[in-house]
Amino acid sequence: MHKHLIMKSLRKLIDSIKPHFEPGAKLGAFHSTFEAFESMFFVPDKVTDRGCHIRDAIDLKRTMFTMIIALVPALLFGMWNVGYQHSLAIGENWPLWPAFWFGLLKVLPIIVVSYAVGLSIEFAFAQKRKHQVNEGFLVSGLIIPMLMPVNVPLWMVALATAFAVLIGKEAFGGTGMNIFNPALLARAFLFFAYPSRMSGEAAWVVPSEGMADAFTGATPLAHAAAGAMDKVASAYDLFMGFVPGSIGETSTLAILIGAVLLVATGVASWKIMLSTVVGGMAAGYLFNAVGGSAYMTMPPWQHLLMGGFAFGAVFMATDPVTSAQTECGKWIYGFLVGFMALLIRVLNPAYPEGMMLSILLMNAFAPLIDHIVVGTSIRRRMRRQPLSTTKN
Amino acid sequence: MPKVIKIRKGLNIPLVGDAEKILVRPKPSASYAVKPIDFWGITPRLCVEPGDTVRAGSPLFVDKQRPQIAFTSPVSGTVADVVRGARRALQEVVVIPDAEMGYEQFEAADPATLSREQVVDMMLRSGLWPHLTQRPFGVVADPEAQPKGIYISCFDTAPLAVDIDFALQGDDKTFQAGIEALRKLTPGEVHLGINAEYPESKLLGRIKNVQKHYFSGPHPAGNVGVQIAQIDPINKGEVVWTMRPQSVLMLGRLFLKGIYDASLVVATAGSGVAKPRYHQTIQGARVDGLLDWAGGEGGIELRIISGNVLTGRKVDSMGHLGFGDNLITVIPEGRYHEFFGWLAPGFGKYSASRSFLSSLRFGKRFNLDTNYHGEARAYVVTGQYEKVRPFDIYPVYLIKAIMAGDIERMEQLGIYEVIEEDMALCEYVCTSKIEVQEVLRRGINTMMTELA
Repeated sequence: MHKHLIMKSLRKLIDSIKPHFEPGAKLGAFHSTFEAFESMFFVPDKVTDRGCHIRDAIDLKRTMFTMIIALVPALLFGMWNVGYQHSLAIGENWPLWPAFWFGLLKVLPIIVVSYAVGLSIEFAFAQKRKHQVNEGFLVSGLIIPMLMPVNVPLWMVALATAFAVLIGKEAFGGTGMNIFNPALLARAFLFFAYPSRMSGEAAWVVPSEGMADAFTGATPLAHAAAGAMDKVASAYDLFMGFVPGSIGETSTLAILIGAVLLVATGVASWKIMLSTVVGGMAAGYLFNAVGGSAYMTMPPWQHLLMGGFAFGAVFMATDPVTSAQTECGKWIYGFLVGFMALLIRVLNPAYPEGMMLSILLMNAFAPLIDHIVVGTSIRRRMRRQPLSTTKN
Repeated sequence: MPKVIKIRKGLNIPLVGDAEKILVRPKPSASYAVKPIDFWGITPRLCVEPGDTVRAGSPLFVDKQRPQIAFTSPVSGTVADVVRGARRALQEVVVIPDAEMGYEQFEAADPATLSREQVVDMMLRSGLWPHLTQRPFGVVADPEAQPKGIYISCFDTAPLAVDIDFALQGDDKTFQAGIEALRKLTPGEVHLGINAEYPESKLLGRIKNVQKHYFSGPHPAGNVGVQIAQIDPINKGEVVWTMRPQSVLMLGRLFLKGIYDASLVVATAGSGVAKPRYHQTIQGARVDGLLDWAGGEGGIELRIISGNVLTGRKVDSMGHLGFGDNLITVIPEGRYHEFFGWLAPGFGKYSASRSFLSSLRFGKRFNLDTNYHGEARAYVVTGQYEKVRPFDIYPVYLIKAIMAGDIERMEQLGIYEVIEEDMALCEYVCTSKIEVQEVLRRGINTMMTELA
């Protein structure tokens, strides 16, 4: 009943101000913005007029919203972990809520900045191009903070977001047209532009006076890359996520909960997730076989728990726009993402986190993979062609 | 048991309002119409004026480019109206029926004894020719062409579709006569697509001189295009023809009795029909005579569709059945704003995706309306079309090639093998609400101009 009342008065309000935003009216310049908000509150009353008379209940808002729900466990855990890691750093052990509250206050500003900057640009471009505002950034805007080290300055978040949306997306024509995953682009931009702020021990844990001496903020990946295998956290800690790292990436468990939702709803491709894991395992076993450094002889499954592997496999490699689009291509693409991630991680000392670069690299190759897959279908068709055809 | 071709990709949309298998014989319709807009690629030239009297089988209009192809009246009566649309394009020719049906007389003959030319001539003059559809492109067949084969799908898997076994009210002799006529038209075979999920009907069981193929699986397994792609896909330069099973009966009657008897069985279905059932009527009948509804219960606005919900054409209650349509679907219009509709758990919403809780309600049927459930967007989600497409075709790539106007690529990606109905499910499931059927028709038109 209550909801009904709000709904009715809101509908009335929207209908009363709508004419002002029609193209040509006084506020016609803000048509896209108005429409974005209207369609957020109310699914449009548009009915089919040609083609299919009925349409599936799904739309892009639903898809993106499901994605956001899937991100929530990892996000909440990440917030808690920010507080938890800080408490470790000062030699204390905070209970659940203080740790979460501390993390919330640290992470929320990053989220706000990411959304504010990204959505402003999206709305401005939609307005300029007289397009509708695409829902894609609602997900990117949340993933960007989750990929950041907690100590990232807000201006850097703003800069990276602007770069990702402008160069990564709008330059290609907006959501659906981009080649690289915008959130990863934001992360990569900072990684290469401000390497000192994005890696090293200081980046991952909120600093404070009186850090405990024994504490080091280095991530498991940094330890492993340095060959300090004894300092890498236990498999349990890695799986649960009680380790320093980017805000959203540490807990394999929380990410798995998201993965279950994405696979159950069919919103993200299980083929890519699975083949990414297979690719990672394959590289891991290959390293085992070759041997050499301590890092190379690490059990392959442990790689899956470290750094951004799980987060990348579930939330980033599966981005439908930038991954392979053919079903067969998805298997190849995912495998290579996982394989390359470990290759970069283990063999390239300059980049402890291979997942980000691996996915960006495969983003660039995804169209080629699809081209080859579609090409085989085309060749099948052309081979079928009877030689006797003379017409046309 | 003969070999069954299993179609695995597809979707049966669980709509409420299946027609009950009761055949009613309603009073003759107030009027009957033939609509040039039901045929792609023809330019109509009128042969009659309002006030002219016609018989069943008298030409109403012909194709300007191929004037031998006549589109004839399904009933005898008086031409009441010639409806024109934008730029005076001919929309429909309406005939008010006489009390007593009078037929143009053609010479009844056993088609097996006739030459191809004689069969073609008889079909052209009587108005049966337009019942033959050519693939590629889904246009009226070209009498000069030699089709590689003729395909008849004897079952329909579309939402709320007619049970064709029930609708084939006729004896096997008539059907066989139609088949014999078709056999004259092709140097190849006449192929029947038969539903393997039910026992073969008595009528079809007795049909000889055809190649039978058995199919099982979800919609679009019953689409003739899907069956052709499984049996013998169409290559560039090749032509096949298709015909609907009820038209085969009409063809049989033409040769057995020498008349164009366009009677057929039409089902009414959908949540907007009070008593969904089968009706013995005549092609092009006005739909109000078949709908015994109360005019939309409780003031709900309804949509009447000649055909099924995926590919049919919207008509008003005074509108007429489309050519070859054997189904009238009535569903609610969806003109409403849904408050945070994309956020709702969605127990009552049907989606082929699994992102609504309704996907836990197995076996439930849904009362779906015409709401878009969203707005058009660029392609984002992938792999969606592939789940409902039983072809060796990459639908999104084909659609993008059409949007880009790349003719060579359209060819490579298989545009010859599909028409709108084959990709209608892609449009239904599309998250980005792309008008797949319209885009595809644009591509087909481009190909036709290119090859002309």
